[in-house]
Amino acid sequence: MRTLRMLWIGTIMQVKMSSRGTFEIATAMIMPIVQATVAVYLLRAADSPHRMIEAAVGAGLMGVWSTVLFGSGGAIQRQRFMGTLEMLMLAPRNPAGTILPITIATGLTGTYAMIATLGWGWLVYGIRPEFAHPWLFLAAVPACVLGLGMFGLLLASTFVLMRNANALCNTLEYPIWLLSGMLVPITVLPAWTGPLADILPTTWGARAVHEATSGGAVWPAIAWCLGISVACFALGALSMTYVERRARTAATLALA
Amino acid sequence: MSDYAIEADGLRRSYRSRTGWLRPQTTVVDAVRGVTFAVGRGELFGLLGPNGAGKTTTIKMLNTLLIPTAGTARVLGHDVVRETREVRKRIGYVFGGDRGLYERLSALDNLRYFAELYGVPAREQKARIGELLELVGLTGREGERVEGYSRGMRQRLHIARGLLHRPEVLFLDEPSIGVDPVAARDLRKTVADLAAGGTTVLLTTHYMAEADELCDRIAVIAGGELRALGTPTELKRHADGRRVVEVEAYGVAPGTVELLQALPGVRGVQIEESGAAQLLTVQSESDVDVQSDVLAALNGVRLGRVSARQPTLEDAYVAIVSGDGGPARESLVAA
Repeated sequence: MRTLRMLWIGTIMQVKMSSRGTFEIATAMIMPIVQATVAVYLLRAADSPHRMIEAAVGAGLMGVWSTVLFGSGGAIQRQRFMGTLEMLMLAPRNPAGTILPITIATGLTGTYAMIATLGWGWLVYGIRPEFAHPWLFLAAVPACVLGLGMFGLLLASTFVLMRNANALCNTLEYPIWLLSGMLVPITVLPAWTGPLADILPTTWGARAVHEATSGGAVWPAIAWCLGISVACFALGALSMTYVERRARTAATLALA
Repeated sequence: MSDYAIEADGLRRSYRSRTGWLRPQTTVVDAVRGVTFAVGRGELFGLLGPNGAGKTTTIKMLNTLLIPTAGTARVLGHDVVRETREVRKRIGYVFGGDRGLYERLSALDNLRYFAELYGVPAREQKARIGELLELVGLTGREGERVEGYSRGMRQRLHIARGLLHRPEVLFLDEPSIGVDPVAARDLRKTVADLAAGGTTVLLTTHYMAEADELCDRIAVIAGGELRALGTPTELKRHADGRRVVEVEAYGVAPGTVELLQALPGVRGVQIEESGAAQLLTVQSESDVDVQSDVLAALNGVRLGRVSARQPTLEDAYVAIVSGDGGPARESLVAA
């Protein structure tokens, strides 16, 4: 109960902090428009105007991933810069528990990215948000955000260890978009990418959202997404304990 | 149960840094080189030293933020490497400067968040936070965002945060740095009250007066090594057999310090900028009057106040740090 309360308060505080940063607000406002525009023109160029809603949803997923990736990495880097990362790690708690609110908060911001992208797609390009399974869409999006958040926790352990975590964020953004089939179907990628895509929670989360949009079996994809998310959480928690010790050895919790 | 609140035995810490990709070069800096001391329960213990002496590294090894390269440390009987969580439950950490707080949150939100993180029971949080805000004089300002706080207010909030879970041992790393004199006096009173209430305090500071006023015992650290350890009175003996001449001067030429250092009987020279003036502190053997020689060496320099006085803890500190602390040094370290 105390852990749940700590996660709840921690998440509220992290969301409060993100919602008060000018840079974060500007990024959250602009990025969904950019994503929606890129997706729409891509599919128009491919002469597939009937798939516009898929484009908008795919762009929304890209926004969620970018938010979680840069949110987690950026938030931990910011904590290091502010000198609060040491104070978080000094708490007599499991290190994963102190970092988890940060990834949950970025996941929530990610949900906003999906809504904003669909909203801009409707307003600017007239793409009506019509889904094959509207209720399942509402279940698939939180499952997807959860999956991405847990993957974010796994990545957060490297952000705690590395002072230059931003470099890793840049490297991971586009490959995960592609591998998870957020915008372009996985089937167009080389066969060797298949196994890689299968172990990513983002793949199943994106599939669940796409199936809910265009029609298909949503629940199996949600189940896979949640299953891999649990594995990511367990691995992230274990890795965070190891990484916290490594960071204390390498002296990377502080800036210098 | 251990008699000591803090025990450091042969603590060492090295930092490795790597530069270059094609021909990587590794640099190793030994920040702390085998420090041994013990702090009794309820004691207010000072760790003094110049910048880069290894004070913060020592504190971070004791409060579990850094793992020692060698040696061991225990806090309230718990090993800082193996029993990390047990140590963390019992300690508070406060450091000086602007960092370490959530700027975009209010003081109240900062305290609520850390109360959760540090395991303060929910039903006690409101009363405890109110009590601490009162203690540090922030009642009425707790709803404002920290980014609008002055340095002194931030420092007081730091202290409140460090005390949330009623730690038995409090690590204060230069808490009065950059704080105005009135706020520094309030801070010293708070620290003294905490120690009087039974909290063990390990304080690092640059300010000799602060250490002299507060600490039961002081360890002087320089170059990563412990140079002296004792009560303030014991440490002052490092400057026994000396006299001090202070000269306020305007426009001291480069090389003057070396010139003064070479005068017969002079044991040490310090120069400190003070606005437009420079304050020269010349320590000499007590049986040699160097004042006339010093003034002669400063011929042509506009001078202000000139005075001779008995040595203080600061003079003793300078003597210890400059490695000219007299024969009593080793015996005090062993004490």
